[in-house]
Amino acid sequence: MSTQRTFPSPGTNVENQPFWDAAARGRFLVKHCSGCGKSHFYPRAICPHCFSDQTEWRESAGTGTIYSFSVMRRVPQPYAIAYVTLDDGVTVMSNLVDCDLDALAIGQRVKVAFRASDGAVTIPVFVPVAAD
Amino acid sequence: MATKAKACIVGAFEHPTRKADDKSLAQLHAEVAKGALEDAGLTKDDIDGYFCDTEAPGLGPLSMVDYLGLKVRYMDNTDTGGSAYLLHVAHAAQAIAEGKCKVALITLAGRPRAAGLTAEPVVDYNIPDMPFEMPYGPTVVNTYGMCAMRHMHEFGTTSEQLAWIKVAASQHAQHNPNAMLRKPVTVAEVLASPMISDPLHRLDCCVVSDGGGALIVTSPEIARELKRPAVRVIGTGEAAKHQSGGQVDLSYSAAAWAGRQAFDEAGIRPTDIQYASIYDSFTITALMQIEDIGFCEKGQGGRFVADGNLISGVGKLPFNTDGGGLCNNHPGNRGGMTKVIEAVRQLRGEAHPAVQVKDCRLALASGMGGWMGSRHGSGVLILERTH
Repeated sequence: MSTQRTFPSPGTNVENQPFWDAAARGRFLVKHCSGCGKSHFYPRAICPHCFSDQTEWRESAGTGTIYSFSVMRRVPQPYAIAYVTLDDGVTVMSNLVDCDLDALAIGQRVKVAFRASDGAVTIPVFVPVAAD
Repeated sequence: MATKAKACIVGAFEHPTRKADDKSLAQLHAEVAKGALEDAGLTKDDIDGYFCDTEAPGLGPLSMVDYLGLKVRYMDNTDTGGSAYLLHVAHAAQAIAEGKCKVALITLAGRPRAAGLTAEPVVDYNIPDMPFEMPYGPTVVNTYGMCAMRHMHEFGTTSEQLAWIKVAASQHAQHNPNAMLRKPVTVAEVLASPMISDPLHRLDCCVVSDGGGALIVTSPEIARELKRPAVRVIGTGEAAKHQSGGQVDLSYSAAAWAGRQAFDEAGIRPTDIQYASIYDSFTITALMQIEDIGFCEKGQGGRFVADGNLISGVGKLPFNTDGGGLCNNHPGNRGGMTKVIEAVRQLRGEAHPAVQVKDCRLALASGMGGWMGSRHGSGVLILERTH
């Protein structure tokens, strides 16, 4: 089983717009805090770890492993929701695409990819890759 | 502040309907309020505190206070999803202890079946997490599915073990004439039911039902004047857990924190609990609360629930003797209210004789609201029979 679902375009706002602008250029950004030295996700103006306002956008390599996933079966187009733990240290919700939905496993290596939505926004997703 | 011995649940009512085509949402709230007041032996004019969730019609509690004809000096519409009513009991107990009100009414009602099931996602760009999740199709079932998948990976939990939770609920539901699903099921039947979202089968999921429930909380002084047995609120806890800025850990829920608060306040241990109402939106929801509250060690939940250990009269931890959300009722997609109501029945000795726990003096109710896989609110109550 494979998947090609239509991604609904999310409402974006002024705080997170740089993330979507970068996604449209094929880059995946996380927020890094110079106050505590930690990254966080989803991105915020104020660091949720230390409450510093010294947060800055950093590009992620976009590689990581599947932390958990679940394949939604009882829908017209089955799809895999997942948490991916990026090598940068943050875990993000996403979809796993271009893959055999019956062959997914926790710990599998994945890499970010980008897909059009039904609106103006580009959606980051993850695709399984061969182990390093 | 401590609520020990400061408040009692004196009225409880579960609406018998499971599909309310002939009733409005406000009407359901009024019917459960009336039922709980009659159960308590109190009248509408005794109420001076009112609690509801944010899905009660109108702005906060205002339309319902108006519709019910109440005069209140304390209001609270804290909403953590299906666990909200456990928080309402805790907040009511605190308000009563502080003298802010004397008789608190808590109502829940919903009619998702009559209204027609809709899956259209809410789109509100002011919700900060929404754009980072909504495109990926998170639903209730697949976010809980991710918890179950991770639990299996970390602890070796199996679908057979999860199925035992449904089996136990169905054993209880056969005795409840109002339950939606009264037929006992087997582990094999759970595993043979269609896969909804890996690894959760259809029979790992709760029912969708209309209806509701209400509770009356009051002071020990007023409770003593009433004819019905009073149930003391001796420990409460509440907590929220989330993605921690990207440090996601699905191995435990907020019930770990809420449960500890409740037990510390009550001054008892999990082994003292004779009956437990455990929120069962899905089998994994119940399993993780059972571990997090401390009925067994983390990761041992699968072994703990297997082989009928949750069946009243059979196992060590009788749970959800009304059939729970898995078989009886999940009114308005919010199962916390019915968890408290069945715990009250057990402590009063008013559960069905086939599932009544003998000499039940200490019970626990645990609620889980929102999405255990992303952000959720937990409420835990420890309740004691007064005499």
